Amino acid sequence: MNKTYQSITDPGCERGGSTLLQVDDLMISFTTLRGQLKVVENVSFSLQRGEIVGLVGESGSGKSVTALALMRLLGQEGRIDRGTINLDGQDIMSLTAAEMLSIRGREVAMIFQEPMTSLNPVYTVGFQIAEILQEHFGMSRRETMKKAADLLKLVGIPDAQQRIYDYPHQLSGGMRQRVMIAMAMACEPKILIADEPTTALDVTIQAQILDLINDLRSRFGTAVLLITHDMGVIASIAQRVIVMYAGRMVEEGPVQDIFAAPRHPYTQLLLRTIPRVKQKLARLEVIEGTTPSPTHFPPGCRFHTRCPDAVDRCSSEQPALTQISPTHRVACLRSDEPHFKPGSGK
Amino acid sequence: MTTPLLKVDSLTKEFVVEQSLFGKPLQTLRAVDDVSLELHPGETLGIVGESGCGKTTLGRLILRLLDPTSGRIHFKGQDITDLSRSEVREIRRYLQVVFQDPYSSLNPRLRVVDIIGEPLTNFGFSNSQAKKRVAEVMEVVGLLPEWMARFPHAFSGGQRQRIGIARALSIEPNLIVCDEAVSALDVSIQAQILNLFQEIQKKLQLSLIFITHNLGVVRHVSDRIAVMYLGQVVELASENDLFTQPQHPYTKALISAVPEPDPASKSQRITLEGEIPSPVNPPSGCYFHTRCPRSSELCRKKRPKMEEVLPSRWVRCHFPETGLRS
Repeated sequence: MNKTYQSITDPGCERGGSTLLQVDDLMISFTTLRGQLKVVENVSFSLQRGEIVGLVGESGSGKSVTALALMRLLGQEGRIDRGTINLDGQDIMSLTAAEMLSIRGREVAMIFQEPMTSLNPVYTVGFQIAEILQEHFGMSRRETMKKAADLLKLVGIPDAQQRIYDYPHQLSGGMRQRVMIAMAMACEPKILIADEPTTALDVTIQAQILDLINDLRSRFGTAVLLITHDMGVIASIAQRVIVMYAGRMVEEGPVQDIFAAPRHPYTQLLLRTIPRVKQKLARLEVIEGTTPSPTHFPPGCRFHTRCPDAVDRCSSEQPALTQISPTHRVACLRSDEPHFKPGSGK
Repeated sequence: MTTPLLKVDSLTKEFVVEQSLFGKPLQTLRAVDDVSLELHPGETLGIVGESGCGKTTLGRLILRLLDPTSGRIHFKGQDITDLSRSEVREIRRYLQVVFQDPYSSLNPRLRVVDIIGEPLTNFGFSNSQAKKRVAEVMEVVGLLPEWMARFPHAFSGGQRQRIGIARALSIEPNLIVCDEAVSALDVSIQAQILNLFQEIQKKLQLSLIFITHNLGVVRHVSDRIAVMYLGQVVELASENDLFTQPQHPYTKALISAVPEPDPASKSQRITLEGEIPSPVNPPSGCYFHTRCPRSSELCRKKRPKMEEVLPSRWVRCHFPETGLRS
């Protein structure tokens, strides 16, 4: 907690191995007109120093809500009903609002999809970065502006010394996202949560931003939780993947295993619905129906209504997240069948 | 070769960015710059490019929702460039559109039967005829005809997009322009809609223009593909040729920048430096030379023309991949 500010370009940080974030049995609900609505449950995972973990799922799967809960940013209606969030030895759930303020930005920082809506349009980008440094480190105005320029340089913005006087509207989408990343890195957080950071960007700019995130991770040992709906993005930079469906985790494992041999029918089908650039498929795989909304989550396994492999018990029994190898977990009732081929419909 | 259904000749569209007090244009932006294309019956032409490349403007010009600054558009053998508003309405019978956002493109106060049937009543179908036809197309796109009295809010995003497609199909057009028609959908739903387009096309001998920024999608649906950069088509080729042997350095970089959902294929990614220049003030010579790894003195000075470097493969580059003109 009493970290002193050191030069941001100083690569003196430890790397790899130790657990930074441990989330256990998280359950989140929202108060709505129709009563308490459970949107996320049974979410457990960990984040190691210097690793990029992809959190993937379709809209409404609960991936963004999970990320907001880690920062305790669920707002008035949202509530964490159960579970623990442990950040580097600290229990996040027991902290006061004031204590949370010193965690956000300093220990855990977040970047969002649309940088224009996250930046304040009436202040220069330099001022907005300086504000964070003043808040967390009590640096003087002159020092902070100098540091702001350093940070912009760090994230690859040309002419950083001049750009600190620019307003957000003067920058392109890619440059704005770089500014957001500079703000997030200002306090050298242990964890960076990136919620769809490249979704609003063009592919050639997306490639640049992904390179930047990966570069910062290796230089500072930052752990990154990358939330996206794009399996391609996950495959290109993440080491581990968590797949969510309808508010629950369905599979978790190393990137190589999940993409080469997914064990949950949903993961398997999801990968086969993506039109590829490398080869043209005669016909895309289809997952029938639509993702259920939290008001109508089906009983039993939530995927059973769309699952080609569903058997009778899938509609009544809820599968638990089961360890199938030291690094691979899956929530499917049929995962222990020896000849089960997920997604085959047999 | 069959006669093309649609023929676009050196189409250009300029927008006035800034004008003087008396309306004299001071600064213009060339959103579509000298584009020539052909589309044959039953064919799908993909138009792909990054934001601001002019792909949507091109689609709107073809639909005659915008008036071109210069160039001609021929549709079904007829020059439709200078048609009046009422004449354009007649053309709409053969030329329909599907938009990106299934939420804002459907009138929330109309029932599905009226949304899908609107083109029909416009072209003189009686109410009972229209209703019968609406039931038919709803079935074609995978919606239950008994849902026709419902309002759009009762449907999911994927179903709404099916309503939009049914509306475009109801009048049996020859050509549908799809502008980012699957971009707002989740992948599992996107696959359903893409398959639907393929089925319909086979059944009805439709021509499609598929405008998208998604290279995987464009490869999946298209027979031929046009790649756009700063208002110009820089490469035009068949789907297979374009993806296996891209000729233009921009096409090559664009394809390599797409992250494949396969961690094993760590292919060589060509990261383009910098960003797309402003179309208000485009670079001299070849528009791409500021970011091109292959650019030379010639590229800075002389604007390349669209040329057929190999049979049916058109490229706008001084130094295409084949190196025919080294």
